[in-house]
Amino acid sequence: METFLQQLINGLTLGSIYALIALGYTMVYGVLRLINFAHGDVYMLGAFCGYFLANALELDANPSIPGAIAVTLGAMACCAAIGVLIERLAYRPVRHHSRLAALITAIGVSLFLEYGGQVAFGAAPRFFPQMIRSATYSVGGVQITNQSLLIIVLAVAVMFGLEFIVHRTRIGKAMRATSYNLSVASLMGINTNFVIAFTFALGSALAAAGGVMVALAIPRIDPLMGLMTGLKAFVAAVLGGIGNIPGAMLGGLLMGLMETSLSATAYSTYRDAVAFGVLILILIFRPAGLLGTAGAEKV
Amino acid sequence: MRPSPDGSGRRLLACAAAAALLAAAACERRPDPGATSDTGDIVVGMYGSLTGDGASFGQSSLAGTQLAVDEVNAAGGLLGGRRIRLLVEDDQSRPDEAANAVTKLITQDRVVAVLGEVASRRSLAAAPVAQRYQVPMITPASTNERVTEVGDYIFRVCFIDPFQGRVLAKFAFDDLKARRVAILRDIQQDYSVGLTDSIQKNFTALGGQVLDPVSYSSGDADFRAILTQVRGQKPDLVFVTGYYPEVAIIVRQARELGMQMPLLGGDGWVGDSLQNGREALNGTYLSDHYAADNPDKVVQTFVKAYRSRFGGEPDSMAALAYDSVKVLADAITRAGSTEGPRLRDAIAQADVAGVTGRLKMNPQRNVDKPAVIQELVYANGELRFVYKATVNP
Repeated sequence: METFLQQLINGLTLGSIYALIALGYTMVYGVLRLINFAHGDVYMLGAFCGYFLANALELDANPSIPGAIAVTLGAMACCAAIGVLIERLAYRPVRHHSRLAALITAIGVSLFLEYGGQVAFGAAPRFFPQMIRSATYSVGGVQITNQSLLIIVLAVAVMFGLEFIVHRTRIGKAMRATSYNLSVASLMGINTNFVIAFTFALGSALAAAGGVMVALAIPRIDPLMGLMTGLKAFVAAVLGGIGNIPGAMLGGLLMGLMETSLSATAYSTYRDAVAFGVLILILIFRPAGLLGTAGAEKV
Repeated sequence: MRPSPDGSGRRLLACAAAAALLAAAACERRPDPGATSDTGDIVVGMYGSLTGDGASFGQSSLAGTQLAVDEVNAAGGLLGGRRIRLLVEDDQSRPDEAANAVTKLITQDRVVAVLGEVASRRSLAAAPVAQRYQVPMITPASTNERVTEVGDYIFRVCFIDPFQGRVLAKFAFDDLKARRVAILRDIQQDYSVGLTDSIQKNFTALGGQVLDPVSYSSGDADFRAILTQVRGQKPDLVFVTGYYPEVAIIVRQARELGMQMPLLGGDGWVGDSLQNGREALNGTYLSDHYAADNPDKVVQTFVKAYRSRFGGEPDSMAALAYDSVKVLADAITRAGSTEGPRLRDAIAQADVAGVTGRLKMNPQRNVDKPAVIQELVYANGELRFVYKATVNP
């Protein structure tokens, strides 16, 4: 029982990580119908931004919560700018071309960030400084660290925050309008370029926050860290129904719990195969995802 | 190719050219034995993981190798004043690149001998190349026993895992009084899998109980799920047989999950980023090749020379790399030549007093050397290795 509850906590932590990234995938897809494969790498850049900022502030020697918040906000600002830049330089030029062109561009951006990162930061893994003192809470034999709690809380907060932005604000209304029909939205006086740039800025900032939080809990960062995590978050987004915000959360948590329960068996080394097996199954049997609604594809 | 009226003819020509190229590539050109064997520098190759996951292994090896090469050259070189010229190739911590690196060193640079690697998986990938070209290879630190079984040109200057596993099992059973143990292994590394088997066999033979080994992969970063599973089985002690980058995170996450039992590992723990395990490393032990605070004169001369050149303490990977050069230099002198077969025979007869102990080659091209057990102590932001015991073969 104790082991089961502990695994539940482990699964929720891992799932929240996937959910945080899956939310970014889903948001960009919702507005642009583009799978932004570079999203996992923006998450990596967020972790590296955090690494350099935290070292500049020497937070490793004297951890502080205001310092950690400053680092997180700094990394978010940094990645928001990077996200806008990626959209402007890579995606906007191919926006009115075929969907495939955009998809291949996204893969190209992803590879560029991964291997550019290896050139810039080196391939060797680095250890993320401990910006806040780690503490472990023990409830009935179940241990949870403050960093894990932070990740779970952040994922849930981000989900509700996004729901609010998309459904209750002016910019959210503009995002939905752009999503329905880009050219008609612009005819209605919506600055669609701004809306799309905003979507990328928001998604990338969230990825950065996720990167910093995860690096706090699992301190090993390297330029390829976004690859596998990003792909699994993508599976999570598809599982929950891509384009659907609560779906991304649900998909992420399910993926985390599934991976953790598999790790608990003797088949721990098959967990990646199972994660992608899920992607295949969901595409065959329920392509719209768990919470998505099947609709006529807009051509 | 664009179709043209004479397309078929041109294609035929292209095919012929391609076939000729392939044929030329297929004939392995054996390095000209006279290339470095008369006068001029003696060219020695070293390949290692200077970058990537195992960068600490490669960098320490390189430092130890350079130190020894410079000492040999400063003392007047070999074979009547010929200097050793060291060529270094980075394999980026990848087995395929290790094989490429050794192929390049042998076929293009015509080295007389190859030094490297630390990780057994990469040595196993590169050793068949050295064996095929009959160029002696000395691995400083690959402990998996299969490495030197590749062929009669492959040697090592470290102990092997069947012995290391026995040392660790004995220390856990006799000194730490553990009776029920768990093992975490890196399923991608021959070293980790081999060491796990050896610990399992030896600990069971002593009368202890070994739980089913739990597997992870190099590069993993979240070990909570498997650690929770291990915790549920309530072992007295946990072996982690992988390499330092993962170990640093495993110990931290184990302590976060409230696992306070001792953790033990092999020489794969020796690497710079191990210290990121911080306070969680207290109460962990490892088997190692040498202790830097050993008062022996050979050891202290080496430690002092290393410190004055590179600053910092030499780890055992640096010490073993240093020893591998000394074995090679001694063999070249005794062989009076740098020719492959003669050099091989001379290395097989090696008996040198090294930093890591007496280096006497046995018929399996391994050395029988003692291992030391070190305790890890992390205090005031600094990780120290504290000598506990020496175990003889």
